Amino acid sequence: MITLNQEQLNEIRAHGERDYPFECCGLLIGRFENGGQKTVVEAYPISNAREEEAKRNRFLIQPEELMRGEAFARQHKLDVVGFYHSHPDSPAVPSKYDLEHAWPTYSYIIVSTGSTGSGDLFSWEMEEDRSRFNSEEIRITDSI
Amino acid sequence: MAVKISIPAPLRQFAAGQSEIEVEAKTAGEALDLLTSSHAGLRRHLFNDQNVLRNFVNIYLNDEDIRHASGPSTPLKDGDTIMIVPAIAGGAVTEAEIGQALPELSNEEIMRYSRHLIMPEVGMQGQRRLKAASVLMIGTGGLGAPVGMYLAAAGVGRIGIVDFDVVEESNLQRQIIHGTKDLGRRKIESARDRLRDINPHIEIETHESRLSSHNAMRLFKNYDIVVDGTDNFPTRYLVNDACVLSGKPNVYGSIFRFEGQSSVFWAERGACYRCLYPEPPPPGLVPSCAEGGVLGVLPGIVGAIQANETIKIILGADDILVNRLLLFDAWGMKFREFKLRKDANCPVCGENPTVTELIDYEEFCGMAAHQAPVEDTTLEEITASDLNARRLRGDQIQIIDVREPHEFEIARLPGTRLIPLGHVVARMNEIDPEVETVVHCKGGVRSAKAIEALKRAGFTGRLINLKGGITAWSDEVDPGVAKY
Repeated sequence: MITLNQEQLNEIRAHGERDYPFECCGLLIGRFENGGQKTVVEAYPISNAREEEAKRNRFLIQPEELMRGEAFARQHKLDVVGFYHSHPDSPAVPSKYDLEHAWPTYSYIIVSTGSTGSGDLFSWEMEEDRSRFNSEEIRITDSI
Repeated sequence: MAVKISIPAPLRQFAAGQSEIEVEAKTAGEALDLLTSSHAGLRRHLFNDQNVLRNFVNIYLNDEDIRHASGPSTPLKDGDTIMIVPAIAGGAVTEAEIGQALPELSNEEIMRYSRHLIMPEVGMQGQRRLKAASVLMIGTGGLGAPVGMYLAAAGVGRIGIVDFDVVEESNLQRQIIHGTKDLGRRKIESARDRLRDINPHIEIETHESRLSSHNAMRLFKNYDIVVDGTDNFPTRYLVNDACVLSGKPNVYGSIFRFEGQSSVFWAERGACYRCLYPEPPPPGLVPSCAEGGVLGVLPGIVGAIQANETIKIILGADDILVNRLLLFDAWGMKFREFKLRKDANCPVCGENPTVTELIDYEEFCGMAAHQAPVEDTTLEEITASDLNARRLRGDQIQIIDVREPHEFEIARLPGTRLIPLGHVVARMNEIDPEVETVVHCKGGVRSAKAIEALKRAGFTGRLINLKGGITAWSDEVDPGVAKY
């Protein structure tokens, strides 16, 4: 289960809508709690509609960017607990490609975006044996 | 060397909860091997089935990516720190760019492809790429036969075939995808059945149509690679241009008599067919295989080369026939190779292309490609039945056969004189200008050329072309005359 507040969810949706028709992405910075639970303290946007180049780039978040994000998290005694990205004009469901490029424990939040705004928003967690993604419950709090 | 490996938070559960693990190793690769042998659960998240580091997993040695150093053999010093950092993959749009994830192989397929799987150049990954791939074959003739059969056998997941012809007896000398039992059947059906028999695990899509400027882009869009097995210039230019415009590799092959050519025309990476041949040859200059003949095994060899290159493209091999024209001489048994270069002024793939959509290729090649005898308003013609009627009536007509002596051996019309096309002008004095002359060949093309040459050379007598040649005679007048 991953816990976010309404404001963070709104930010993720707004980022996706802003970058449509391109993909947006960002880091979820927070805490790993006991029992595999995660709490997001900040949604940290990374991409800003990188246009043509980004479309050919298989990776939305480069390792250097992730390292910067982790350094930022460490300063605040936090961790990167997952990532979010948008699927323009596609369902908020991970692809097989996503499966080959993921690690367990992290949360992967996907928001579907279209010309009229954002749609479904789901969180996914990879099975430990890498066989599939499982839908992860999102708990929404008013504030943290 | 004693080094520290910091374990990223999501993977700590596979490392007994530790955030840092110390190992003694000489290289980065050895350090990772030690780490994953003591914590086996980590391994599959770092390495793929082929034991290669997953492509989104990056290893940093003191803040430098080891890919920029010596990779896994990057040496370590005491006190170094190794970090494992993932890159985060995108979703929908990127997926469309790079294609779907690779399909799995069933146990039956693993058994079937075992000779591929045990070679590292193919392996499971490569075989799954073959299964994920789609190839469109233009034509199921001499070249298309081995191309289709080998691609099907190799496990190319989806094969499209375009043809509009029916199987004829004269095809069977080289088009081994069809058999005697298929005579008179539609080629796409015959080919489909043969490919299904070779490999029931693949999809075969049939397109019964003549490839044209109207349907080419729509057809090509649904395939990764196009293999050109055509036998005429308009279609060859059409395939080239449609491949350039849709960004597909065009695996080219052509054959004539004992000589074959092959190349991979892939505008994104090198020359296209128009860089090599900007203009088609004048119509009629280069005879077709129906006119000039072809050694039956030649398309087998050239088509197998095309299948080979197609498979290599799918596997991501480096040394494909891009910017290389391979020439093969079956009679001399020699291969030669020419380097090709992309032409900056190429009208379709150059810097300022003038061809930005498909054109009328028959007009471009100056001919009606699919009408064998060249229509010429000044050319007088007679049908086989009319010629026979006049002959029986006792009209005085001389018949000149402009085919080659070995064709004359196969079949001939009664009462003809053989003067091969190449000699017809030199031996013009053997033709009596006072008598009406009917000129014939196999199908009517060479005889039309002979008439034109004779007229240009000043022959004054009346020259009439036998429409459809000796083939028409066999069809209309005397089935006892062998067709070839």
